[in-house]
Amino acid sequence: MNLRREMKTFLRTVIGRAYPRVIGMRREKSWMLFEVLLPLLQVAAFVYIYQAIGAPPEFTGFVVLGGAMTAYWMNVLWSMASQLYWEKETGNLELYIIAPTSRMAILIGMAAGGIMTTTIRAVGVLTLGVLIFRVPMEVTDVPALVGVFLLTLVALYGLGMLLASLFLLWGRQAWHLANLLQEPVFLVSGFYFPVRALGFLVALGASIVPITLGLDAMRQLLFPQMMEGFRFLPVGTQLGALAVQAVVFLFLAHRALRYFEDRARREGRLTLRGL
Amino acid sequence: MTARVRGKETWRSLRVAVWLGWQVESNWTDPFLFAVYSVVRPVAGALILVFMYLVVARGGLENPLFPYVFVGNAFYIYVGAVLMGISWVVIDDREHYGMLKYMYVAPLNILTYLLGRGVAQTAIATIATAITLLFGVGVLGIRIPPGQVDWGLLAVALVLGLSALAFMGLLLAGATLLTARHNFFIGQAVAGALYLLSGVVFPLDVLPPALQWVGKALPVTYWLEALRRALLGEGGNEALRAIPTGHLLPILAGSTLALAVVSILFFRWAEGVAHCRGLLDMQTMY
Repeated sequence: MNLRREMKTFLRTVIGRAYPRVIGMRREKSWMLFEVLLPLLQVAAFVYIYQAIGAPPEFTGFVVLGGAMTAYWMNVLWSMASQLYWEKETGNLELYIIAPTSRMAILIGMAAGGIMTTTIRAVGVLTLGVLIFRVPMEVTDVPALVGVFLLTLVALYGLGMLLASLFLLWGRQAWHLANLLQEPVFLVSGFYFPVRALGFLVALGASIVPITLGLDAMRQLLFPQMMEGFRFLPVGTQLGALAVQAVVFLFLAHRALRYFEDRARREGRLTLRGL
Repeated sequence: MTARVRGKETWRSLRVAVWLGWQVESNWTDPFLFAVYSVVRPVAGALILVFMYLVVARGGLENPLFPYVFVGNAFYIYVGAVLMGISWVVIDDREHYGMLKYMYVAPLNILTYLLGRGVAQTAIATIATAITLLFGVGVLGIRIPPGQVDWGLLAVALVLGLSALAFMGLLLAGATLLTARHNFFIGQAVAGALYLLSGVVFPLDVLPPALQWVGKALPVTYWLEALRRALLGEGGNEALRAIPTGHLLPILAGSTLALAVVSILFFRWAEGVAHCRGLLDMQTMY
């Protein structure tokens, strides 16, 4: 197959895999309502905690921003990392494997569709949160903010693609592991408080999840005064680290997908269901 | 069928459901990893609150609100576990394993079966709650002197509250039977609403007045208030201070009883509708 044709197939696969995610959202509009309102319930509870203990209003902003970013982490866990497990359970994985296309294109399509739909949810949570709780934001550097956000997403979904490859080997463990990666990651990545509060070394370790760096950088750019006392790393350093993570995770995902697919094929796990 | 045969069938359904629930929950890994898994999530959830406090209080946990929050959050572990533990069975058995239709073919009591499946989750939640509380007392210095705990109130409130949650789970199971592609949200939405409205992690008084009234209509609010009074000596909710402790249990018992009647009637109705519409073996592939 020549390169042009390969590229065309790759691109068509990306679009083809992203399509059901985007169109699914249009067909089940009520999902959007649930997926905006559910995180908002949690956000509201945490906002009221901060209000009850007399925290400065910027902390409401920390929670609202963290609450919006949970949508991406949940999407990475349940619609990227666990996706190949779901496909195995529903009998689609074999079809992916025999399809004359790149598995990386399938993962990128999943990520692209996921980013599009999740962004609408995150924007919904952020907008409602800011309006309902009157969050005082002060955007100091728009290009840096956009850059941090985009790099966070690329690195995060690169991690999701890597996890998807790892989860290929597993049965029900995949489900439980995704469950396990919720609250502990919300804790160590500082979704609801500045991650610096955990100490520098813990924050450094938690930076393996790109949202840790992304959230801290975005908070610095949106709440500069309040974050002066809680800054983990300078924004420039975090931007650099996110760029490195994006490249490394995508490369590792590519390698891991090949390795784990081959291993799952040899161990006969690609078609095992209900285990 | 005689009452004796029905009783035997109910007991067998419960016993088998408890065993099955435990296997489904635990046999995917080795016991050590399962123990770690069962504990890490709730402790992490509690620690999020601890660090939220530490960040604002700059290192101090002396705020009188902290024990209130910690105890509420520890017992809230039961809410998610029991509600989802029971309602999730419908999704798992119908959509994932394709077994729900066989449950209806088999000689078992489906209500007892569903409640039994929730027992495994309740057991895991009990361990997680106990560890979270021990962590609070041992590491964070929350004062719960055993000599000052009202053990009787604690035990009765715990039993009544768990029963109320189980019947709420049954209510959700009935709703889940009738829904497609939304069943994942039902349990989460109810658990999330209870987290916000029942004064789990902040006093009801902080809520806008309209939401306070909603909170006052929920049995979970009184359950948590009773548990806090049993463990900490006071409930912490200004909005509920006027209710004497002696009145809390009758309120909780009454609301549990009402919930039981409504849940069973609703589940039976939902079951009938599901039967007529052919939903008992529905596969939505979601």
